[in-house]
Amino acid sequence: MNFGFTEEQSLLREQVTRFMRETCTMERVRSMVTTENGFAAELWDQAAELGWLGLITPETWGGIGLKWVDLTVVLEETGRGLSPLPIASQMISTAAILRLGSDAQKAEWLPMLARGDRCTIGLYDEANWIHPDAVTLTGSRSSDQIILNGTKPFVPDAMAAEFYLLAVRVDGELGLAAVTREQVEVHSQPTMDQTKPTGSITLKDVTLPVEYVLPMSEADLEFLNDVGAVAVTAEMVGAAEAALTMTSEYAKERIQFGKPIGQYQGVKHRLADIYVDVESFKSLLYYAAWCVDDAPEELPRAISLAKGYASDAFADIGINGVGLHGAIGFTAEYDIQLYLKRSKWARPMFGDSDHHLDRVATLGGL
Amino acid sequence: MDFEYTPDEQAFREEVRSFLAENLPPVKERDSSFLKTWLSKVREKGWVGFSWPREFGGSDGGIIEQTILKEEMALAKAPPLGTSFMGLAWVGPGIMQYGTEAQKKKFIPGILDSKVIWCTGYSEPNYGSDLASIQCKAVLEGDEYVVNGQKIWTSGAPFAQWIILLTRTKFDPEVKHQGITCLLVPMDAPGIEVRPIENMAGDRHFAEVFFTDVRVPVENRLGNEGDGWRVTVSALANERSSIGEVTQMFDKLDTLKALVKETTLRGRPAAQDPKVRRTVATFEAKIAAMKYNGLRYLTKQLKGEPLTSETSVNKLHRASLEIEMDDFAVSLTGQAGLQLKGGDQAVDNGSWAKSSLNWPNVVIGGGTPNIQRNIIAERILGQPKD
Repeated sequence: MNFGFTEEQSLLREQVTRFMRETCTMERVRSMVTTENGFAAELWDQAAELGWLGLITPETWGGIGLKWVDLTVVLEETGRGLSPLPIASQMISTAAILRLGSDAQKAEWLPMLARGDRCTIGLYDEANWIHPDAVTLTGSRSSDQIILNGTKPFVPDAMAAEFYLLAVRVDGELGLAAVTREQVEVHSQPTMDQTKPTGSITLKDVTLPVEYVLPMSEADLEFLNDVGAVAVTAEMVGAAEAALTMTSEYAKERIQFGKPIGQYQGVKHRLADIYVDVESFKSLLYYAAWCVDDAPEELPRAISLAKGYASDAFADIGINGVGLHGAIGFTAEYDIQLYLKRSKWARPMFGDSDHHLDRVATLGGL
Repeated sequence: MDFEYTPDEQAFREEVRSFLAENLPPVKERDSSFLKTWLSKVREKGWVGFSWPREFGGSDGGIIEQTILKEEMALAKAPPLGTSFMGLAWVGPGIMQYGTEAQKKKFIPGILDSKVIWCTGYSEPNYGSDLASIQCKAVLEGDEYVVNGQKIWTSGAPFAQWIILLTRTKFDPEVKHQGITCLLVPMDAPGIEVRPIENMAGDRHFAEVFFTDVRVPVENRLGNEGDGWRVTVSALANERSSIGEVTQMFDKLDTLKALVKETTLRGRPAAQDPKVRRTVATFEAKIAAMKYNGLRYLTKQLKGEPLTSETSVNKLHRASLEIEMDDFAVSLTGQAGLQLKGGDQAVDNGSWAKSSLNWPNVVIGGGTPNIQRNIIAERILGQPKD
């Protein structure tokens, strides 16, 4: 029985923390998001060199063969500093190729991703519906080719990516189409969270050999959404802890009526409630991350408990973080507002609390 | 991370399970004669005071084994392992840590053998959450303390034989915590009067306890004079793992789901109502969070790191669940949910209605939610004290 991290995982955490503190600082994050694709190649190259992009890729295919628990450590720490680097998208893409790719595709694509060729994934076409029927981008088959027409909206990290995995329907069957940047048009879909650049991918008569549309069952689609939720929730844990720390420190320093505001129960109790929430969805997330590799049959319930809890709890933390700072929290200059924006972004990603809690009810027999 | 148990741990779990299969009849068949046999059998197994040192009659049970024992007992809905909850939870541990040899000999066996029931004299009419300000007075005269004052909300006082009592032995207003002394007092001592208080559920478990010139021999002092606060705090820090509670909460959740499934709401099955489904799932998320929080804290303990104030996290969850789950069940079932035991439309024989009036037992006793929030904000987040 050990629900904690190993020595190696602690070292990995230190490595990521150092990278965030020294290289991917908040100042750097703020400047990165003003560039055209919200991306910084030299930071990405460092992440690749450190092995993080091949973290869950087996060694046979150029990775280091670790698990989602290890990945959670990385995403928690990059999330803490709101890093815009598309590590989560890269990892979900990796998970998709591992699960759906042929041996030849794994051998070709996985080493590319581990090296840092940028790939992202777009699943649903509806803004607020996580369901197989919400995959509506369609392709048609003609002999041994598939022709895709339409637009996949809400693709995370679309601007920076070079390769895309897009959920499609061909003759009613689900599939995951692998396309390159050159084959598609990418349009930015600016959102309130600049640290998570999002875009739509338009396909006009994109013609692919059939093997480039990976067969995908509804269970596969559900799995990809689940690991996506694990990745996003891991980032939420780090970001929520950072927002709590920032607000808690401010409450110790800000003097009103002759006392630090943290001395008033109206403030300190809210901070305590935030702590309870963060501790709780962190524990639920760790368990879900463990399930990905070690108890996949329990993953659906585990991640829905975690994301179902975290979605609204983190959104409240964003609001309370800004609110407890008072007017200064409302300024663009202060970082707390960036966390509020991240909490809004994270809420619907891979399913909001309504989606996940309803799934918990179903899985629990209701 | 792994959730595997070692072969030894697994063997212990099997031992507990087979004991329960053999010795624990279904809930409905458990009468008072069963309870007596049960208590002597678990005592024989060494499971009462399982974590206590062998020299005092315990079993030196490790943290994992304690967890397994509690989990299996809760899964089987077993009755408690002794009659004195407080005796086992903190009076015994306090005596083992601070007591004299004579006190250990005198008091420990009675607790383990379920012969003596203890109650706890902490709260006073004016000092509940602000416990360190208590005023119940103990003045040393020769080799006896003379106690005068009043305690209140003393759970179990109407039927306890002994009380662990916090008294004030220094009256300097500058001295607060260091002026408190802990005494062990028989409830039949001359000068003690117990007046039971009826609670809102109609039960009479707690009481006012009045002390008028009660004489307590100095050998019944636990720890040194002025050490009472430390004795109390560290005894309470013999914090039990919450795993047994979590199992009970999951069990209650199952009962609640069963109720939802048989309930109709506005002409449709309640189980199809989005708000109902979301509410029940929220309870499940909180209980699961308690479970995995508990396992994280357990891991910390196993690595030899002391637990500090993290346990307040699960106490806050527990408090809100205690209130909300019963309240939800009562509200879901409308006017029928209000009916008490015996009512012709009472839901689950009035058990939800009854427990919806009993939450203060858990929620107030042992520190109110706002006290838990203070603890988290001050001791974990480092906010200035009130």
